[in-house]
Amino acid sequence: MSGDLILRASGLTKRFGGGGFLTRAPVVQAVDDVSLEVRRGETFAIVGESGCGKSTLARLLMRLLEPTAGQVVFDGEDISHAAGPDLTRLRRDMQFIFQDPFSSLNPRMTVGKLIGEPLEVHRPDLTARERRAKIGDLLRTVGLTDAHANRYPHEFSGGQRQRIGIARALASGPKLVIGDEPVSALDVSIQAQVINLMGDLSRDLGLTLVIIAHDLGVIRHMSDRVAVMYLGRIVETGTAAEVFDSPRHPYTQALLASIPAPRVEGEGRAPQLSGEMPSPTAPPPGCRFHTRCPFAGPECRNSVPELAPVDTGEVGSRKAATGTDHRVACHHWREIPLPAGAARSAPHSEPVEARFALYRAAIEGGQVVLKARVPTAAT
Amino acid sequence: MSSDQRVPIEGPTRVSPAAILRLDDFTLRFRGQTVATVNGISLSVSAGEILCVVGESGCGKSVTAMSIMGLLPKGASDVLSGDLSFMGKSYDLRRENLPSHLRGNQIAMIFQEPMTSLNPAFSVGDQIAESVLQHQGGTRAEALRRARDLLVKVGISAPDQRLKEFPYQLSGGMRQRVMIAIALANDPKLLIADEPTTALDVTIQAQILNLIDDLRRDTGMGTMMITHDLGVVAEIADSVAVMYGGEVVEYGPVREIFANPQHPYTIGLMSAMPRLDRPGGRLAIVPGSVPAIENMPSGCRFRTRCAFANETCTERPLPMAAGSGHRVACHFAPLEEHVMVQA
Ligand SMILES: Nc1ncnc2c1ncn2[C@@H]1O[C@H](COP(=O)(O)OP(=O)(O)OP(=O)(O)O)[C@@H](O)[C@H]1O
Ligand SMILES: Nc1ncnc2c1ncn2[C@@H]1O[C@H](COP(=O)(O)OP(=O)(O)O)[C@@H](O)[C@H]1O
Ligand code: SF4
Ligand code: SF4
Ligand SMILES: [Mg+2]
Ligand SMILES: [Mg+2]
Repeated sequence: MSGDLILRASGLTKRFGGGGFLTRAPVVQAVDDVSLEVRRGETFAIVGESGCGKSTLARLLMRLLEPTAGQVVFDGEDISHAAGPDLTRLRRDMQFIFQDPFSSLNPRMTVGKLIGEPLEVHRPDLTARERRAKIGDLLRTVGLTDAHANRYPHEFSGGQRQRIGIARALASGPKLVIGDEPVSALDVSIQAQVINLMGDLSRDLGLTLVIIAHDLGVIRHMSDRVAVMYLGRIVETGTAAEVFDSPRHPYTQALLASIPAPRVEGEGRAPQLSGEMPSPTAPPPGCRFHTRCPFAGPECRNSVPELAPVDTGEVGSRKAATGTDHRVACHHWREIPLPAGAARSAPHSEPVEARFALYRAAIEGGQVVLKARVPTAAT
Repeated sequence: MSSDQRVPIEGPTRVSPAAILRLDDFTLRFRGQTVATVNGISLSVSAGEILCVVGESGCGKSVTAMSIMGLLPKGASDVLSGDLSFMGKSYDLRRENLPSHLRGNQIAMIFQEPMTSLNPAFSVGDQIAESVLQHQGGTRAEALRRARDLLVKVGISAPDQRLKEFPYQLSGGMRQRVMIAIALANDPKLLIADEPTTALDVTIQAQILNLIDDLRRDTGMGTMMITHDLGVVAEIADSVAVMYGGEVVEYGPVREIFANPQHPYTIGLMSAMPRLDRPGGRLAIVPGSVPAIENMPSGCRFRTRCAFANETCTERPLPMAAGSGHRVACHFAPLEEHVMVQA
């Protein structure tokens, strides 16, 4: 096995409901037999449609939920049923960033208190003065200033609140941070600021990030490796390049084809996935995707495809030697053609490229100088 | 003042004879505020055209759409200027709204959250039929037949069963289709869609965008689509209005906007978007955030976030022609002709 593992899930399963002996709520199979490995220092992304089980999986990985079956090993220790002091230690080492920067911060606490709270719990050794200094450090790490410590969450914009949430998550000095849609509530311009910040943190602090997102552009940009989920199961996993550039699972292919993109003149629209994801209370037997899959055959209806390595003949054997872990759960992936690589955006002309370069140079701190104008009578 | 051949222009440049809707110099201020939330915007939509209005949250997209529909609560705001023309008739928005009988008939609107705009107490069939009866009359049986046809048209399978169902029984994508069916009930000339796919998954979003695209082809309906997603714009728009701080800062045909973006805000938005074909590295951002309306600067409203701002920008930039049907409101567009950046 390549790389140093920080987190490993095997056969992770979570069912909700049922059980009640008077009420007979249908059983929701939110996560079903999920196995994955996260390496130290990498950014690992989980992607899939609403309701496919991403948040449930994240909560299982963090031991915010107890699995119905399966195991989570964090830093060499089985945490599936951790409790008491083990759990406290786990909370220090693994932190969470929430989607909604508006509701995840207590409005009655100053930013200093919000960030100081996890410090008090996890770093009781710090004196009040050391703690204040540490709060200042954390604020500066996320691009805020010491002075912000005395203000309240409502005085901040969405992007700033998300920074506060990140500072709070970093306070205990975690080894791993899980973000459940950490940027999806933000406007593009603000989202880019937070994505850059998380990239800096993972690089500078050597943090391991597990990111859940439904925006494929965000995931492609941020992550080293990706797992694609459908109806509680992982259907494909691999490096971001493998999954995005050579998607093997029909669902991954359909997801990528759904990303809105400029229309290419004279070309038809990409075929779209029909229908919607079935309810996790009654997942289809066999391959859970078979009700929407254009390649489904009879065996897909009763036999569950295994998440197996993608070995493509000679290329595969070379890859196998270098330890690829591109895996796909589909009976027919060998017969399914790779989608034609789509040219996603028209190239810019030279002056326009120059314009984008000017923009980047200016916001990265370059000095803007006006060009001498051709004098006209009016000026 | 500048060395190039640009000339100030007034109003929309795309005044095609087929314009269904034109909004000219629309300015709206909420009561109790000193700064106009929407400040002198102009746009137009022609038959069969999809105009996308794009910009970050709070920039006035919905306020503009609601004003066109005449749906803003009375007494909460004052229109300081603005002429609306619809199907050749003009309305001075300071004094009047679009006549209400056109609403839901010639001009229809769909909203971001379809659950809040469907009535939970009535079946899907009843709600569509109601809209048909209200504007076209006829019998209930006829209206229900029309409702069924509409469900088929928006791609809902098992229409007979769906007619009897209630909104809570439908998924988000299905509800949005029902909303579109209601909007289409009376063959509107103009559809205003306010973030119709923002709450939906990409696979469902793709279905809804295809549907809207097919409809305008089949019916020649004009569409004003509000979104904050440049990907959606690239996919579906014919023309684009980029809004910032209640103003249209750049306007033009979609190909122009993507191939030749001129306003620093448009360039910033495009640079900030994570791209599938260029992963990794740092994104170029738009610094800071939108000021609260009371703190909106005079002159160019973008200047508190613009890396190129200087004293000139304390004066409001006029929209200038930047190409065919393309206009931009920036003193220094295009940047490469006006500025250099030194490391
Ligand atoms: N506590 C619970 N009780 C019952 N069902 C639940 C519970 N939590 C989640 N579920 C169900 O489990 C399934 C997976 O939910 P989950 O929140 O993990 O999805 P998700 O992929 O995070 O979706 P989204 O993208 O909408 O956040 C859904 O059908 C959901 O309704
Ligand atoms: N009734 C109101 N009173 C005061 N301000 C309002 C009212 N409705 C909207 N606004 C403000 O107008 C601005 C534009 O809002 P809106 O058009 O909804 O933005 P968006 O572009 O996100 O659709 C926002 O700052 C919003 O807070
Ligand atoms: S196993 Fe069968 S149904 Fe499932 S994705 Fe592969 S071809 Fe489609
Ligand atoms: S007018 Fe000035 S502040 Fe406004 S966008 Fe242009 S350069 Fe920036
Ligand atoms: Mg979730
Ligand atoms: Mg809005």
